[in-house]
Amino acid sequence: MTSLERVERPAAWAEPPAAIRFVLDAWTIAEGELRKLRHDPTELLTRAVQPILWLLVFGQVMAQTRAISTGNLPYEDFLAPGILAQSALFSAIFFGIAVIWERDLGVLHKYLVSPAARSALVTGKALAGGLRALVQAAMVYIVALLIGVHLRLDPVSLVGVALVVVIGSAAFATFSLVIACLVRTRERFMGIGQILTMPLFFASSAIYPIAMMPGWLKVVAQVNPLTYQVDALRGLMVQGATENFPLALDFGVLIASTVVLIAIAARLYPRLAQ
Amino acid sequence: MPPAISTHELTRRFDDLVAVNALSLDVQAGEVFGLLGPNGAGKTTTIKMLITLLPPTSGEASVAGHDIRHEPRLVRRSIGYVPQLLSSDGALSARENLMTSARLYHLPDADRTARIAEALEFMGLESSADRLVRTFSGGMVRRLEIAQAMLHRPEVLFLDEPTVGLDPTARKAVWGHIRELRQAEGTTILLTTHYMDEAAELCSRVGFMHLGKLVALGTPAELSEQAGKGKDLDDAFTYFTGSGLSETGEQGGQYRDVARTRRTARRLG
Repeated sequence: MTSLERVERPAAWAEPPAAIRFVLDAWTIAEGELRKLRHDPTELLTRAVQPILWLLVFGQVMAQTRAISTGNLPYEDFLAPGILAQSALFSAIFFGIAVIWERDLGVLHKYLVSPAARSALVTGKALAGGLRALVQAAMVYIVALLIGVHLRLDPVSLVGVALVVVIGSAAFATFSLVIACLVRTRERFMGIGQILTMPLFFASSAIYPIAMMPGWLKVVAQVNPLTYQVDALRGLMVQGATENFPLALDFGVLIASTVVLIAIAARLYPRLAQ
Repeated sequence: MPPAISTHELTRRFDDLVAVNALSLDVQAGEVFGLLGPNGAGKTTTIKMLITLLPPTSGEASVAGHDIRHEPRLVRRSIGYVPQLLSSDGALSARENLMTSARLYHLPDADRTARIAEALEFMGLESSADRLVRTFSGGMVRRLEIAQAMLHRPEVLFLDEPTVGLDPTARKAVWGHIRELRQAEGTTILLTTHYMDEAAELCSRVGFMHLGKLVALGTPAELSEQAGKGKDLDDAFTYFTGSGLSETGEQGGQYRDVARTRRTARRLG
């Protein structure tokens, strides 16, 4: 029985304080997700094809028709930030499906029986969802440069864009996670995911200015976080673009949405494993 | 020494179904305890309550001296869990899986690498440590999962059908590892299984559950004897839990359970 004495139990280890544990645990989860992408980047790369098509095909055609009035701004310049937000949204909104998959496998249970706080697990997922979108952002920048969009390339603007992309995608990835916790099966999730994306996308200023919308849609657009993401991106990304809202308000809305959604998701997440 | 697991009138209802009905049970420290019974008897529900994944409807329980309702985090720190389903992430390598666990349990930095190397060696996985887990055989996955669940040296280890879907050789290997773990670390183990030979082989004591209730408790030899002279644990299973073929007795959602078990078996196979 001497071996019993020798064994060190977890209680014997000093743990870091709760706030530091939260940050470390969230990062552990996020880093794991990023490692998975590194092992198999296929999904990420296929996701990056979509914005190219929107910019090259949709953007070029709509610019020819001059049907959408964007003032002095060329339509491609107006569109590029919208397409960045859109492609990030489309991939974030299906983030929840991976969580349902993890539940079906049993991997989720493993994380939920670890001592990590539920909110830290969810924050890690959200962060991973946010960081993934940076790859799409890079792709949009490359294509936008090729088609002659007047991008702002100073470091402050680039960092600003990166932040907006990460926070916005984190918010939508968490939204997706909340939906996943509610619908619980992949089949239902696919249906709901499709239904949610289109209204979020069309009721935003991604591909046409808010000014062009009918009154009721304007109201919807103003409570849609995507509108604020597009607004911030437009101001930070393109030379000569005008914003509808102050940048601080854009950031405020995005951060507040993320925090509220993480709080909701942290409550619902454990129910997936029951 | 206080019991490693103690439950008092532990109950869980799902709508009108009583999945676990007033379960009172003590498992002593260092024991390998087997929870047996037909599908839907309440074994997995019991484990889910003990590992804090599912809140009980009523009753109390403590694991490693911590109350499952009021100190869930302390319970989680003290336990390891290998679910019936897969729990290692197939998109990560074995080493990355272990590292994730080491970090979530906040093992001291200095110990992590050594502890992971030790766990890989103990489970005979050193040469595959950097391969993605999705390329592993079923037996290798199970060994990795047990290694992952033991990395923080839990006081109590929960194994839900640890050998489902494994071939006989892989099963024997897993048995060997479970025994060694108990001997080397004095870990208390609670396992569920459908294989009575497995229970007889590994468990110091077993309990039969039927329709949410604990209907028999004792050593495998005692319970076999209660079933009749010259009977084994298979006979005891039938004796204590009825024919096991009743159409009304089992829990709802059976089709889903079957689909799940078969899927798990296929993935592991």
